[in-house]
Amino acid sequence: MATKASHPNSLSKKEAAVGGYFKAISAIVWKDLRAEFRSWELISAMLVFSLLAILIFNFALELDVKTRQSVTAGVLWATFAFAGTLGLNRSMSIEKDRGCLDGLLLAPVDRSAIYFGKFFSNLAFMLIVEAIVLPVYSVLYNTNLFHPGLIAVILLGSIGYTSVGTLLAAMSVQTRTRDVLLPILLFPVAFAVLLSAVKASGGFLNGADFAEISFPINLLIVYDIIFIAISFMLFDAVVEE
Amino acid sequence: MNNKPLALKILDLISIVLLLAATYLSIFVAPMERVMGNVQRVFYFHVGTAWVALIGFIFTAALSVIYLTTKNLKWDRIQVAAVEVSVVFFLITIILGSIWARPAWNTWWTWDPRLTTAAVVELVYIAYFMLRQGLDDPNKRANFSAIYALIGGLSAPITFFSIRLFRTIHPVVIAGTNAEAEGSFSMSGGMLQAFFFALFAFTVIFIDLFWNRIRLGEAQAKVEEMKINAAY
Repeated sequence: MATKASHPNSLSKKEAAVGGYFKAISAIVWKDLRAEFRSWELISAMLVFSLLAILIFNFALELDVKTRQSVTAGVLWATFAFAGTLGLNRSMSIEKDRGCLDGLLLAPVDRSAIYFGKFFSNLAFMLIVEAIVLPVYSVLYNTNLFHPGLIAVILLGSIGYTSVGTLLAAMSVQTRTRDVLLPILLFPVAFAVLLSAVKASGGFLNGADFAEISFPINLLIVYDIIFIAISFMLFDAVVEE
Repeated sequence: MNNKPLALKILDLISIVLLLAATYLSIFVAPMERVMGNVQRVFYFHVGTAWVALIGFIFTAALSVIYLTTKNLKWDRIQVAAVEVSVVFFLITIILGSIWARPAWNTWWTWDPRLTTAAVVELVYIAYFMLRQGLDDPNKRANFSAIYALIGGLSAPITFFSIRLFRTIHPVVIAGTNAEAEGSFSMSGGMLQAFFFALFAFTVIFIDLFWNRIRLGEAQAKVEEMKINAAY
């Protein structure tokens, strides 16, 4: 208590630093969203890809009423995962191509603020696409997907997937094989997230007991925390020259 | 190029002898398993290779931390060596497991959690090499591979414990039982001997290959350096 009272300035400085950190994050998110809402190139690509993927799954799996019940969760997550890599790759290569990343790195903010900015905007893109794909899927296949549990799982799964995806995309765009590398790097690492997301989503859609679903959900939460923490720590090393 | 140190030459010889001895022990000395018959003998090498590969993967993650803090390329060369040898051993584990699974489970492969996570771990480290291939700058390559190996390293322990977390049909022979395992057995005296000898033999073989691979990495780095010097 005594130290707190004797250094009122240091506390407010700290508060200002924290405020500046969040300001930096929101500035990057705002920049990405603003650029996206002008061009629509990222979301439209992800969206059209998702719809085409669902169309292909329809013929590949012959999604009649019976199969639909068992494979809906898998089809949705396969679609989200592929569309997600598309978006992650594009969002990072835009930064790299136009020298925007170098500009961001010159800014006097903590490097991890840049990571969180990119993470939140990538997450926003993914959630927007999911928010459109879900009702479309519901209408096309006459399945009700508006289950609060399912939406929570999709949110958790997307957080885990984009958190590590943003870090790996920042790496893969700096390589020679940038166009093909991201899914190869991301899928094995994000495997556990996708697996538990599919298990939990399937559980909710088929009305399983919560006791059965709670294990994959716990695993999702654990992975979200691990991936965000590790990306937070390692992003600095990815962007340094 | 420096000549091969004498210790390494001796270790090469010891490795060959140990491999032959482990083969002899598991084929001729260990008693035949009553239910599964001779195919159970694959087990000694299966666990031996898996043991060194998983230790190698965990070691790799530790090397990532060391590289990222010291930024010394020496650690990168050691890491590549560890990953490469471990990937090969783990592939052998999976193939040997398949050979055993065909008669025991009546299928070469099944999407059991243990098998699935093993395949994923193998793919993580194959992706590691693809990442390295796409990078020319040695410092950046070392940096990115260290980061990726660290992230990938999180999945290796999970594989090892997946058998205890999920319902799996993969047997747990060491320190634990699995009621749902198919093809489980308990080891008798001769089997234990062959088993621990195989573990020991593969540990020595791993160290030998690892050492040779580090030397190869050093030679590669030297060649790269010479090429750069010749170009200017």
